[in-house]
Parts: sequence; structure tokens; C-alpha cells
Amino acid sequence: MRTPLHDEHVRLGARIVPFAGWDMPVQYAGILAEHEATRTGCAVFDTCHMGEFEVSGPTAEADLERLLTQRVGTIREGQCRYGYLLRDDGGVLDDLTCYRFGPDRFWLIVNAGTRPGDADWVRAHLSPATTFRDLSDATAKLDVQGPVSRAVVERAFETRLPDLGYFRFATLPLAGESCVVSRTGYTGEWGYEIYFPAVRATDFWRRLLESGAAPAGLGARDTLRLEVGYPLYGHELGTDRTPVPAARGAFIDVTKRFIGWAAVVRDIEESCPRYLAGLRLDSRRAARAGDAVKADGADAGVVTSGSYAPSVGAAVAMAYIDAKLTRPGARVTVESRGASLGAEVVSLPFWTQGTARGAPAGAS
Amino acid sequence: MNVPRELRYTSTHEWVRVRAGVATVGITDYAQAQLSDLTFVELPDKNDEVNASDELAVVESVKAASDVYAPVSGTIVEANERVVEQPDLINTDPYGEGWLFKIRMSDTGEVQDLMDADQYEEQLPEEE
Repeated sequence: MRTPLHDEHVRLGARIVPFAGWDMPVQYAGILAEHEATRTGCAVFDTCHMGEFEVSGPTAEADLERLLTQRVGTIREGQCRYGYLLRDDGGVLDDLTCYRFGPDRFWLIVNAGTRPGDADWVRAHLSPATTFRDLSDATAKLDVQGPVSRAVVERAFETRLPDLGYFRFATLPLAGESCVVSRTGYTGEWGYEIYFPAVRATDFWRRLLESGAAPAGLGARDTLRLEVGYPLYGHELGTDRTPVPAARGAFIDVTKRFIGWAAVVRDIEESCPRYLAGLRLDSRRAARAGDAVKADGADAGVVTSGSYAPSVGAAVAMAYIDAKLTRPGARVTVESRGASLGAEVVSLPFWTQGTARGAPAGAS
Repeated sequence: MNVPRELRYTSTHEWVRVRAGVATVGITDYAQAQLSDLTFVELPDKNDEVNASDELAVVESVKAASDVYAPVSGTIVEANERVVEQPDLINTDPYGEGWLFKIRMSDTGEVQDLMDADQYEEQLPEEE
């Protein structure tokens, strides 16, 4: 599948790779340059491949409360909240963000590869009075990320944006279209996710580039999220475990009953054999997903994501490792392509200077 | 894609420049472009004895890792420590400052087994 911006990516000379069934740009100028642009300026990412579901009706809130790990009842209108969609056995079907538009109307923003399965699962668990609509095909999404994002978006659309707090959103007109703009993202920097009609994708994209946003691809998206310790579905999260060893207690409200609750409570109370931890490699040589982690020569875990981290200036990785090794300072080795790489367990995130949570007015 | 006429090449994208029995080796412009931003380089040690097609070095970019093979046999006489500190020299100047190591050849005839610029260019994939 292709996003509505595929021709724009080709025209910019992007390298296109398959990702979750989509042909996506992995880089334009280069991953390091795009990463730096996001940390220090402003970058725009095509995230049209992601899914948007609308769940509405008098029973929508109660249905979502049962489907999602995050508390839905306390999400205020204009607020969004991150959490998980679980199976009965606690396995993670997806990580997603729930937006509240009104007492009875919500959006779920889901990953590209999991969208069809999520849609089936959610639909199968809704009350008769709840309406489900998959808005994904008609909806374009652009992530504008970086400390000067507000100025870039205001210039691109010749408008003033409202002051939005972190994980708050507004429905507002941009270039004559009703758009949803949220102060969220996947990079650790100040910025927005913008949802708008897919037919305007090229126009919106070009406006943002002309206003100073650097086009950035999945390569930089991955190094940026890794540095701030955000999980990537299929790497840190999957149906093979509950979210507890990745998130500990975060994004899960065990005071309500949700699908997968029993498994989650079991993992919290009995603790897990392995937890997600950060590793800082001794050299710039990167560990990669699937590499074995060892301690004193014995099997002690597996790497889920690894890369050179440009803002940290070191190779870093996330890995599920034995519970007793998760204290910062513990020493392990990573077996990577025939080499044994020394690494130290460190606390997440690796990059602590992100601007994402800054004051609503933005850095500009 | 820059493929200097005077160099010799391997199918694994190393280039070789022979002067006075010493082969200087690096990775080609095509290889650096495919790998993109290089972030890590590991080089052989001086005085290592090597055989043609041995794995001698590792180059890594943000997204990919790749082995570099010995194009010819002999003894390592020098490794380019500058690229260990600054891997991006391989991106900016693959045939110059981005060279990787030098081999004193044990059999100078091995150069004849390597591709010339035309042959190397012919076997590269079409531009995307």
C-alpha cells in the first residue's frame, strides 16, 4: 500500500522500504541529518499509514473502558491518553492513543500493521449501541516534531494555534479544512500530530516543507523514539507478553476491569522473569533486534531494538533482560554478528533533554 | 555513482589502489551510499596476515552493518585510524580520506583477478 504522499517522497529522492505492508520513506537527506533537524528545529513525518478509528454512542465510554488499559472515564474533552489493547491472556494487540471529542465520541489512533486486527477485535467487543467507523483511508496524518514546530505550522497555514498542553488536542481549521491537532508525537520533542482529509495531503505536506520543516523518514523516527525509550509494536510489544515488563505499571489502571486484566495483575503481583531495560554499549558498534544478551556467559535476555543513538553519541539498545540485572550499572554482553559487545544497563530514557513536555506556548 | 577508472574492484564493493606492492582498500561510493550515514568502523590490526576474501573490517550505519573483505592476500601494514574516530569520512570521501587499510601483497598477481571500473559498473544494479 502507498500513502497519498508516495509521489512526493519519490520526487524528493527518498529511499523507499516496505514497512507493515506499506511502501514508506526510510530517509531523504540521511537519517543523522533528519534526526538532528527534529531535535533542534522542525521535521515532518508522513504517518498516513497509521489507523484512525471513531468509536461513538451512549455505550462507547463503557466499551472502551473494558477494551483499553488506560482509564477512559477521566479523559476530558480535548485530551488524549496512551495505553494498550490486550487479548484475554494479556498479550498486547497494540499500543494506542485514545482521544475524547465529547461525552460519547472517541478516536483511537493505532499502528499500521495492527490496524486490520485491531478493527476486528474492537468491533467484536462493542455494545449494539456503539458505532465503529474506520476513518483511516480518508484521513491523512502528519507528525510535525521539533522545538520550532509551532512557528512552522503557524507559518504554513497562516494562522495562530491555540496554546495546547501535552496530550491535549483541538479541532480547528487549517487551510480551510477542519483538522485535529494534538500536542503529541513519537520523538521526545515538542510538536504536533495533525489529522486532516487525505485529499489535501500533498498541499499540507508542501506547505510544511516550504515553511521550514525538513522531511524525515522512518529511519530517524526509529532513532528518535529509541533514544527516548518509546516502544515500537512488534519489537518491545507483542502478543507474547503483557505490557507489564515494558511499562511496569504505567498506562495501566488495574483499579478497573479490562480485557487481559487478570494476566496483568498476575505479572504485577508475581513479577516477571524479565523486564525491558536500556543498554549503553561500550563502543559505537550497535546491537540489533534479536541479539542475545549474556551475563557471566549465561543467557540473560534478548535485544528488541538497537542502533547508534546520534544525540547520545553512543550505541544504545532496549532489551528484555533477567529481572536481577535491571539495576543501572549492571554489566552484560550482547552477542551481535559474531562479536561479543560489552554493555552497561542504564535507566530509560537515554536522551533526557527532549522538549516534548515543554510549556504550551512552545519554544519559539 | 563515482567509479574512478584507475582503481580495481570486488563484487562485494571494495576498491583497491596498488602502488609499489601495497594495496590500499576502501569501500566504493556505491557501497557508502547504500549504507548511508556511517557510525562505526572496526579495522584489522597492523601486521595481521590476511588471505583474499577474509572478513577484515566492519562498517555500520544507523540501519545496517556490513563486513569488508580482503580483496588480496598479504600483511596489514596500516589501518586508517581517522575513520574510526570519524566514520563519516567514508561517506564524504570514500576513495580518499575514507580509505580503510593497506595490505602489503604476498602475490601481486591477485590484482588481475579483480574487476576493472567498467566491469564493476556493469554489475551494479540499475539506478532506482
